[in-house]
Parts: sequence; structure tokens; C-alpha cells
Amino acid sequence: MADLVSHPDEIKVVSSRFGKGATNIDRYIELDGYKAVRKALDMTPDAIINEVKTSSLRGRGGAGFPTGMKWSFVPKESAKPKYVLVNGDESEPGTCKDRLILEHDPHAVIEGVMIAGLAVGAQKGYIYIRGEYRYLLTIMQKAIDDAYAKGFLGDNIFGSGKKFDCYWHTGAGAYEVGEESALMESLEGKRGIPRIRPPFPAVVGLWGGPTVINNVETLASVPHIMLMGGQKFADFGPPKNGGTRLFCLSGHVNKPGVYEMPLGYPMEKLIYEVGGGITNGKKLKAVVPGGSSTYLLTAEEAVKMNCDFDSFAKTGGFLGSGGVVVLDEDTCMVKFALRVMKFYQHESCGWCIPCREGTDWLKKTLTRFHSGGGVKKDIDNINYLAQNMLGRTFCPLGDAAAIPTISIVQKWRQEFEDHLEGRPCPYENKGIPEPAFA
Amino acid sequence: MFSEQLSKKFDKMVTNYPTKRSALVPMLLFAQDEVGYLSEEVIADLAKRVELTELEVKNVISYYSMLHTKPMGKYHVQVCTNISCMLRGGEELLDHCKSKLGIGHKQTQADGLFSLEEVECIGACSWAPAVQVNYDFHENLTPARMDKVLDTYAKKAKQ
Repeated sequence: MADLVSHPDEIKVVSSRFGKGATNIDRYIELDGYKAVRKALDMTPDAIINEVKTSSLRGRGGAGFPTGMKWSFVPKESAKPKYVLVNGDESEPGTCKDRLILEHDPHAVIEGVMIAGLAVGAQKGYIYIRGEYRYLLTIMQKAIDDAYAKGFLGDNIFGSGKKFDCYWHTGAGAYEVGEESALMESLEGKRGIPRIRPPFPAVVGLWGGPTVINNVETLASVPHIMLMGGQKFADFGPPKNGGTRLFCLSGHVNKPGVYEMPLGYPMEKLIYEVGGGITNGKKLKAVVPGGSSTYLLTAEEAVKMNCDFDSFAKTGGFLGSGGVVVLDEDTCMVKFALRVMKFYQHESCGWCIPCREGTDWLKKTLTRFHSGGGVKKDIDNINYLAQNMLGRTFCPLGDAAAIPTISIVQKWRQEFEDHLEGRPCPYENKGIPEPAFA
Repeated sequence: MFSEQLSKKFDKMVTNYPTKRSALVPMLLFAQDEVGYLSEEVIADLAKRVELTELEVKNVISYYSMLHTKPMGKYHVQVCTNISCMLRGGEELLDHCKSKLGIGHKQTQADGLFSLEEVECIGACSWAPAVQVNYDFHENLTPARMDKVLDTYAKKAKQ
């Protein structure tokens, strides 16, 4: 449904089958499909994990945790059944890549789940797709049925005597469920309230069994790694940041779209060459590098940045989910901060106080501020409130709300001051400010 | 309560997991799709199927923003105004929908044809601004294109 785009600098690995009809299982097989899992069937679990470790694949959901290492945390022996859980609850604002994978290459996800299952000794996999992506659920249901019909899934996969079952699952609208422990709660038919950790899901996960949880893109990368070899995949990116990833360009760029770039690709080229520059010939003001929960970059910072996990970590930031949102010079940062906070306030489950109260007060303060009712001490207060949420909440949602807020209030403080003393937003021609305390 | 087809689907779904209640969230969504909303009767029926109390089911429902306990319009218009959509006119699109449909956020037209909701990111960021009508995505919208989309649904309802 969504339009596909292309750029010469792209290295199409995960997106190599996009637009090629690979939802059809026979077409998928023609395009080297289900070869990787057959290869994995002849390997030992340790050999599979080592191949993934060699690839230096890191979690594409946003956290960037090394996938091979995550798999190696699953205990070899377990009294309870082990599970593989696919996180397809893509809902980080700015991120729309897993949607394309599920739409164009659902079998790659199934194959990735199976390989993960072989690596950790799980015989069941669940593919959790967010409720809004209903058409993708239909695609996935058919893909799973087709794989069973071919004998690729079931009691005797590829005639190997091994067993693997794969199931689809859907959410019903909740950002927080993208957090792995909340995802498990949701899959178990409960409210998506996060669990306390440790124990980590690799030891105690779904229904108490050891569980590997990976993002859709992460698992869709795995069959390619098995086929091309971990080293080749690793070589696409800088050391410890192997491979390619899907970047979702959105906002004020001329050519928004989902592009597969090697990790380490310069942000400047991503915006100006791949994205075709800023709309209406305007100047760049800010970039959200990887979904709304990452520290925003100023234009000066953005053009110096390389898009890999470690380059961001060095500056104290996060590469995040691949959702690159570009803001032009006419964007009001106060309004932007308010919209981001409105989202987190809406999505906070209310389970823990710093997040529930913090997001609510920040939304109120930012609303008042943007409508011209702010006072000077509010600026420091916004920063103070957000800083006090950091690391003090049950799950990362509190951090996710605090991080963009801190970066906006620190880097664009002047814009907050411009809104003081009842002045209308300088970026909007609305004239009279809206009533405060909305 | 449900069609035979859906009832059978539910019977299968509860066997997909080690515990029956694990099927609850998808079941609620599918039930809502068929019945229109999660009525007391629907909740009671599902509670039995997954061996929970009605209260426990309601507790789950209130967490998920796509689940409704009141009737919605035949066509539920969901306008995203999150960051990527906002930067490309999502808020203006919402205002346009409000005046065109004569209803506000989470309201339903008197004849039950359209309902409107401002929603959070629906994963259409690179094709913003975007709207979902029921489950169908409409992307790269302008107010004029939005009118066409709404007209198409209005016509469809008359057929």
C-alpha cells in the first residue's frame, strides 16, 4: 500500500524482496526463501548464535542490543517451554519500517523466528502485530498457513523430524506494549503493564518460560545473515554496528520514505541527498534521529553525525528506531515538545508515579507555555521535571518522554523565552493566544 | 452472538496459547469488528470463552485505545496528528474533518455514519499526513483529498 522509494546509495538486504511479490510463498522460495532455515537446521545452536554474533547485528527496535548475545542468554536447559516473540508493535512516532517488512516480506519474519527458535531451543514462535496494522495481520495469517501447508512449519519441519509452531497475534492500540515486558503481558491477555526486571525475559518470559524477544527488522535480517555469512553482513557497517537498517525519513524532506542504508551512513547525506533536502528550500532546524524518544539534534549536530549506534552513544544520544524526522526552520520547538509530551501523557499507563505525574505536568506546563501563559521559571521547571523522570520509572516510557523534552528545552531555550509574557507563538500567525490550562 | 465463522475462529484461537486468556486481546478486537462495539453481552460471552470474570475483561479493555464500549460510526475516521503528520499538516486535516463532519474528537454523527478520533502515530510517518478509516490507510492527504476519501465512504454507505 505504502509507496516504495529508492536511492543509489541504498544496500538492499532486508528490503531486497520489497515489491517483488514475496508474500506468495512460491515466489519467496524463488527468491532464496527458506534456504537459510534449512541451512540452520544442519547447524548446532551455538554455530547459529556465533554466526549472528559475527554479523554484529543489533536490535533494530531502538535499543541496539547485540542480538547474538541476547540469544545466548537463554538457558540451554529449561523445565518450561521456551518461546520466540516477534515485536511488531511498531508505534514509536516516526517509525514505519516494520510495516513494510510485514507487508512485502512476511515469510522472512517467519524464517527469522524459526532460526531464532533453532538457536535457543524454542519450538513455538509468536508474531505480535499492532492492532492498527490489520491488513498486515491478514498477510501474516496467510503466510503462516502457507508455510504449514508446505510442511515448513508443524511437527516435522522440512522433514527434519523437528517441531516448530508459529502463531500470529494482534494488539489493540497501545504504545507501551512495544516495551518487551509489557508486550508479554499483552500477549498473555492482560493490560500491558511492564514487569519488573530482573528476571529478564531470556530467563523468565512468556508464561514463565525463557523467551527471546526481537524486533521484526532484526529477525528479518537473520535469514540474510545465515545465507551471506555474518562477516559479509557486518562489513556493510562500521565495527560492532553490522549491516544495514531501514531509515524512515519523514517530516520536512522532499523525498520522504523508507530507505535501507548501511549503518554509519552520514546523516547529512541522508537528509540532503537521499531525502532530497528540506521542503520549500528552507533551512534545517532540528532532527529527531530515531523516533520521538531520542535526543533531538540541532542542524549543526545533525550534519556531523553518522547513523550508527556507537557514533550516537559517543555523544550521549541514541540512534533509536530508525525514524528520522526532519524539522525545518519554521517549526516551533515549544509546540513540537508539547506534541511529543501529549503523546507520552496519553500512552503512560499510570502504573508508576514519576511517569504518570511527570508526563501530565509537563503536558500542562507546555500547553500553558505554548499558548503564551508561561512564566520564566517554567523553563527550568520543565527541564527539572523531565530530569527527575529519567531512570526513575518502571519502564522506559518515562525516559522516552523525558529525553526529547530535555534536549528541546536545553538546545532551544531561546524559543521558550520567545513565548514568554503572553506573546503569541512566533511561528504561528494565529494572533491571539489560545486560552491557557487546556 | 457471533457469526459461526467468528465463533469457530475463537474456538481455535484459545488453543494457540498455553492459557486461554492469552487470546483475549485479538478476540476483543475481532468481536468489536463484527458487532460494532464491545457491549455488555459481548463482554459476558468473551469472558466465558477465556474463563475470566467480566470485570477482568473490562479491566483489559480500558487499557487499549482501539477498544470501544460505545457504538462508533460505521466509518471511524482516525486522524494522526503525531509529529511526522503534524509537520505535514495533520492538525489542519483534523480541523478540516471536524468541520466537514460536524463532530469533534471521539464523537459520532447522529445518523451513525461517521465518527472521528484524533489518534497517535499509526505508522505512516513517511507518507504523512495519514488517516485510517476503520482499518484502511489513506496517506499523503490534503484537505481536498480528504474530502474525496470521505465522499467515497459516504457513497459506499448508500449502496
